[in-house]
Amino acid sequence: MALVISRRTSDTKFHDRVSELSGQEFMKCFQCGTCSGSCPMGDHIDTFPRKIMALLQLGRMEELSELNTPWVCASCHTCMVRCPRGIDITKVMEALRLTRLRQNVNYVEPSNMQPEEIIDLPQIALVSGFRKMTS
Amino acid sequence: MKVSYYPGCTLKTRAKNLEDSALAAFKALGIEYQELDRWNCCGAVFSLADDDLIHMVAPVRDLVRAKQLGAGTMVTLCSMCYNTLARANELMKHEEVKRKTINDFMNEEPDYFGEVEVVHFLSYLKNQIGWGALKSKVQSPLGGLKIAPYYGCTLLRPKDVAIDHPDSPTLFREFVETLGGEVIEFPSSTVCCGSYQALGNPEAALKVSFDILSDAVSRGADALVLTCPLCDYNLGRRQDDMLRKYEGAKDVPVLYFTQLLAIALGLSQEVCRFELNRSSTARLLKSRNLLAGVKA
Amino acid sequence: MSTDAQEVTAGVEAKLIPIYVMGKRYDVPDSLTIMKAIEYAGYKYIRGCGCRGGVCGACATVFRKPGDYKIYTGLACQTVVEPEMYLTQIPFYPANRAVYDFGSLTGRPEEIFALYPELFRCVACNACTKVCPMDVEVLDYISAVKRGDIEAAARISFDCIQCGLCASRCFAEMPQYHIGQLARRLWGAYLTPKAEHLKTMVANIQAGRFSDGLSGLKAMSQDTLKKTYQDREMEPATGGEDWTPKDRQYL
Repeated sequence: MALVISRRTSDTKFHDRVSELSGQEFMKCFQCGTCSGSCPMGDHIDTFPRKIMALLQLGRMEELSELNTPWVCASCHTCMVRCPRGIDITKVMEALRLTRLRQNVNYVEPSNMQPEEIIDLPQIALVSGFRKMTS
Repeated sequence: MKVSYYPGCTLKTRAKNLEDSALAAFKALGIEYQELDRWNCCGAVFSLADDDLIHMVAPVRDLVRAKQLGAGTMVTLCSMCYNTLARANELMKHEEVKRKTINDFMNEEPDYFGEVEVVHFLSYLKNQIGWGALKSKVQSPLGGLKIAPYYGCTLLRPKDVAIDHPDSPTLFREFVETLGGEVIEFPSSTVCCGSYQALGNPEAALKVSFDILSDAVSRGADALVLTCPLCDYNLGRRQDDMLRKYEGAKDVPVLYFTQLLAIALGLSQEVCRFELNRSSTARLLKSRNLLAGVKA
Repeated sequence: MSTDAQEVTAGVEAKLIPIYVMGKRYDVPDSLTIMKAIEYAGYKYIRGCGCRGGVCGACATVFRKPGDYKIYTGLACQTVVEPEMYLTQIPFYPANRAVYDFGSLTGRPEEIFALYPELFRCVACNACTKVCPMDVEVLDYISAVKRGDIEAAARISFDCIQCGLCASRCFAEMPQYHIGQLARRLWGAYLTPKAEHLKTMVANIQAGRFSDGLSGLKAMSQDTLKKTYQDREMEPATGGEDWTPKDRQYL
């Protein structure tokens, strides 16, 4: 799919917001793809982190808001320790999650979880899962 | 030397096998410890947003408790707690502005400046006890048991709190070798088990965990050893789902590093609490006569 | 005002101090509690005044003082007004209260987890403890529940009067006081040791061991009953642990 790049499609506000939340400079990314190759969730994410960095550089908010990648990311930090440009991509994923969570929209809804499901999970899963996926 | 000890929530319930075996090992190794008074859940994951300080409060409150206890070193067993507490500690040591905001917010607690050292028990064993000294205390070496040490993520990443090299660690290998086990190296030993996606995307977590176990088994591992109750859930308990879902899935014994330690130190089988592991774990150890030397 | 009332207050000149109720200034006697001061100002409690005795938790209140960012709390029926207090009454604060069939529970921590999973959203900010008018260490009992220690949660939350101010301040949006109550219920019903001697006693009663004694008492005239009561053998104040009465037929 061809990407049309223009001022109209580039949401600099969104770009700046994610940059501010994550403390990362996307422009440093030179698209080597090490992050994508390192991602343990590679089979389960719809968009690789390399492409997300490109979309962020271009400020493509619409595409970014529909990705499942930040919600499948397990914050394992592999991309982060391997990035040759020293970008903490894990923080970028967190920032993308927060742009939604801070609008009071949950990804996981504790009230809708089944009792059997909760009882099966150890506390550590509930704490970490709610931290990452509820507002 | 006296240390303070931070357990973490799951170690008081489902991962009691991690705690009980570790505390028995502390005693056997002459480690004087005291559990923190009034500790709270550390949050399990470190907050990654630059403006999000409210999620730092939980681990910092625990660090304040450790400081109040007066021991310079705080030992953790769960690697997720270790990561969260150690990173919060780094922040309180080095980031002056954030430190001030957090200290001001927690006006009911004394100020904290990163005075406590957060240490994972594996590093403590290497650096404070020493492999040589540990080896001398081994009563029943794990001879012949092929063990795949699984680090997971939070002991190795990010670098500033890593207990070893993030991509080619050796600490866990040294530990297993000291106890007389045969180490099975496998590339997935540092690959994420899916962590909290057990809750968000359980199918994805199941698949990555299955791949990790398959890797270890294909290299001949008898058992997987780990340090984290969430890894234990994904790689241990959820094997029941794997056995149903994936063709050729095998039941793999999974145990905590402290259980392995307790066995090698010849401690009572009761402290290992194998009833909380997959039943294949105790079966394996029995079949290798590793529970025979253990004082019943 | 009636003449009687004037006589009662004569010579005790009440000092009036300004307070603000929902932003409007009133001058009220400085000796009043918040609850009475608000009534003095002309408001009427339909709900949320409760026992007026500092026990029930219905009148938990928040207030602020001029030039101070902090939230202060107390029971409106117990807290005396101070000059320039900013007041209102919170009649009720909505909180999620799980529905459960208590008889089907067994006292496992997981039962609390399943009923109140939001518990795990706690960030240990401690706002609950800071706001508690009963000085309960709310964060501590929530931490105890999170690690499955129902007994500690029950003990720490024991003084809770269910006012709900903790829930009003919670970053994690959880109802601490309902969770604490469930912990106390589970602990009391399922986790405390059973009184085995009670079972023996009930069995003895059912076997008729005390029937004769009771019917004997019932048959007595009022005077004989009084005399029997007055002449009863009493445990002396200095009686030790091993003291037993002379008449042991019912022991």
